[in-house]
Amino acid sequence: MSAQPSSGGRSRLEFLVPLALFAVLALFPLAATYGAQSHLLSLATRVVIFAIAALSLDLILGYGALVSFGHAAFLGIGAYAVGMLGAHGMKDAALHLPVALIACGVFAALTGAISLRTKGVYFIMITLAFGQMVFFFAVSLAAYGGDDGMTLSGRSQLFGMAWIKDDRSFYYVALGCLAGAYLLCRSLIGSRFGRVIRGARENPVRMSAIGFSLFRYQLVAYVIAGMLCGLAGFLLANQTEFVSPAYMTWQRSGELIVMVVLGGLGTLHGAIIGAAAFILLEEWLSGLTEHWKMIFGPFLVIVVLFARGGLMGALSKVSRHD
Amino acid sequence: MTEPMLRLAGLTKNYGALCVTDNVSLDVPAHELHAIIGPNGAGKTTLIHQISGSLTPDAGHVLLEGRDVSALGMAGRVHAGLVRSFQITSILPGFSTLENVALAVQAQAGSSFRFFGRAANEEALNAPALAALEEVGLGHRAHVRAGLLAHGEKRQLELAIALSARPKVLLLDEPLAGTGPEESAFLIGLLQRLKGRLTILLIEHDMGAVFALADRVSVLVYGRIIATGTVDEVRNNPDVRVAYLGEELA
Repeated sequence: MSAQPSSGGRSRLEFLVPLALFAVLALFPLAATYGAQSHLLSLATRVVIFAIAALSLDLILGYGALVSFGHAAFLGIGAYAVGMLGAHGMKDAALHLPVALIACGVFAALTGAISLRTKGVYFIMITLAFGQMVFFFAVSLAAYGGDDGMTLSGRSQLFGMAWIKDDRSFYYVALGCLAGAYLLCRSLIGSRFGRVIRGARENPVRMSAIGFSLFRYQLVAYVIAGMLCGLAGFLLANQTEFVSPAYMTWQRSGELIVMVVLGGLGTLHGAIIGAAAFILLEEWLSGLTEHWKMIFGPFLVIVVLFARGGLMGALSKVSRHD
Repeated sequence: MTEPMLRLAGLTKNYGALCVTDNVSLDVPAHELHAIIGPNGAGKTTLIHQISGSLTPDAGHVLLEGRDVSALGMAGRVHAGLVRSFQITSILPGFSTLENVALAVQAQAGSSFRFFGRAANEEALNAPALAALEEVGLGHRAHVRAGLLAHGEKRQLELAIALSARPKVLLLDEPLAGTGPEESAFLIGLLQRLKGRLTILLIEHDMGAVFALADRVSVLVYGRIIATGTVDEVRNNPDVRVAYLGEELA
C-alpha cells in the first residue's frame, strides 16, 4: 500500500482499466473465430466465470479484510443446484438460478453468523472448516455421483427453450453476468453500506466507537459475496455440463484467494485481471511441463514481493512514472 | 434533585489479584465538565473503557440519564448518547478527513443498509461533517487523507468525530496527549466552548488544562476515587497532595 494520496492518474486508471478490460472481453470471441479454436472460447468463458467468483471474494477479502478460506463452497453449491435439479428433470434456468442463489445465501447466512464471531486466523480456519463440510457432504451424495461427480444431461433451459446452446452466446451470457456483478460491486463499495465495510477494514474499534454494530454489516456483505459466487457456480456447471466435489476443494478456495491477491486486493477489476492471469498462466505453463506448479509458485512469490497491490498495483505504479 | 446525566455505581474490575477499578461511584450532573486525574497506572483509561462499553466490569452499573446502559455494547451506548475519544489516536487513516467525520454523521443519520448511491457525494452527510471540522479548526484539511495529518491535527479530528456522534456525554481520554503548546492551547479553547453544551468527563495529565477547564475534579489512585470536589477543594485536600500532586503545587 503506497502512502501517496490518490492522484489524478490513479482515478483515471480506475475508470480506463475496467473499460479496456471489458472491451477486450467483449471483442475476444470475434478474434477467436478467426483461429477457429473453440478451445480458446471455452478458456475465455472459464476466465469470465472465475472472474465472477474472484470478484465476489474481493468484496469481502479486499474491502472487508475477511479472509474466507471456504469460498469455493459457494461455487460448488451453485453448481450442485443445477446438477441436482437437472437430475430430477428440472432443467429451467428460471428455477436453477434462484435456487442456486438462495441456497448460497442461506448457507452464507448460517455459516457467516458463526464465522463472523471470530477474528483473524480463527475466521480463516472456521470458513475452511465449513468449506470442507460442504465438500465431504458432496462426496457422500452417492445418488448424485459422489466422489466422481455427475454429467448433466444438458445446459439450463429458459422456459423450455434451449437458449444457450452454442458456446459463443453462452460466453456472452457469462460476460453479461460478470458486467452486472462488477457494476453491482462498484455500487456497493461506494454506497453507505460499502463505506461501513471499508471502515471496518481500516479500524473496527473506531467504527464501533461511532456507533456501528459491524457484525450485521459484515454478515450482509458475506451473504452478498456468497450469492455472487453461487452465480459463478451456476455458470460453471452450465459451461462444463458437469458437477463434482472438485469444484469446492480447499485448494480451489486457495486459488480464488490467489486470483484476488494476484490481481490486487480491493480493486474489483484487479480480481478480473487476477482470474485471467491465473487461468491463462495455468493453461500455458501446464502445456509446457507437467510440473508447472514449480514455475507458478515462484512467480506468485515474486508478484507478492515486488508488486505489492498485485498486477493492478504494478500497473498504477507504471502509469505514475509517465 | 434531578437525575445526574451520568452515574457510575460501584464499578469494579479485577485483573487477577490486581484491582484496577475499586468500587468507583460518581455522579456527573448535566453540563458539568468533570475531570479525572491520577498518577500513571491509576486505572483512568480502564475506567473509560468500562464506561464506554469496550470492557465489561466485574460489578457495578453505568447509568445515563437514569437509564442503565450496562447491558449495551459500545455501539449501543453511542446511540444512547455516550461517546468516547481515544488516548491513542484512533482514526481511519485511508479515508479523507471529511469521510472520517461523515461516517460518524452517517451512523446517526438513518440506515446504513443503503447499497446504491455514492455515500461520498451525500451532501446531507458532508455538510454537518464539514461544519464539525470547521469547529475544531480542520476545515482546510477536509480532503487530505487522514493518515497524512500531523499528530495535533489527528487529535482535532478525533474530537470532530466524537462530536459528530451527537454525544450527550463525551468521554475524553487525554485529548491533549502529545500535542504541542500551540495545538494544546487551541484544543483547550475548543473544550472551553464545548463546556456547558455537553456533559464532559475528561481524563487529562495536563494539570494546567484541568484546572482551567474543570467544574469538578475526581482523583483516582490505585483504582479508587480518593477525593471529589471543585478545583480548589481538590487542590487543598491533604490526601491528594500526598498521593498525587506531591511537591508540584506545594
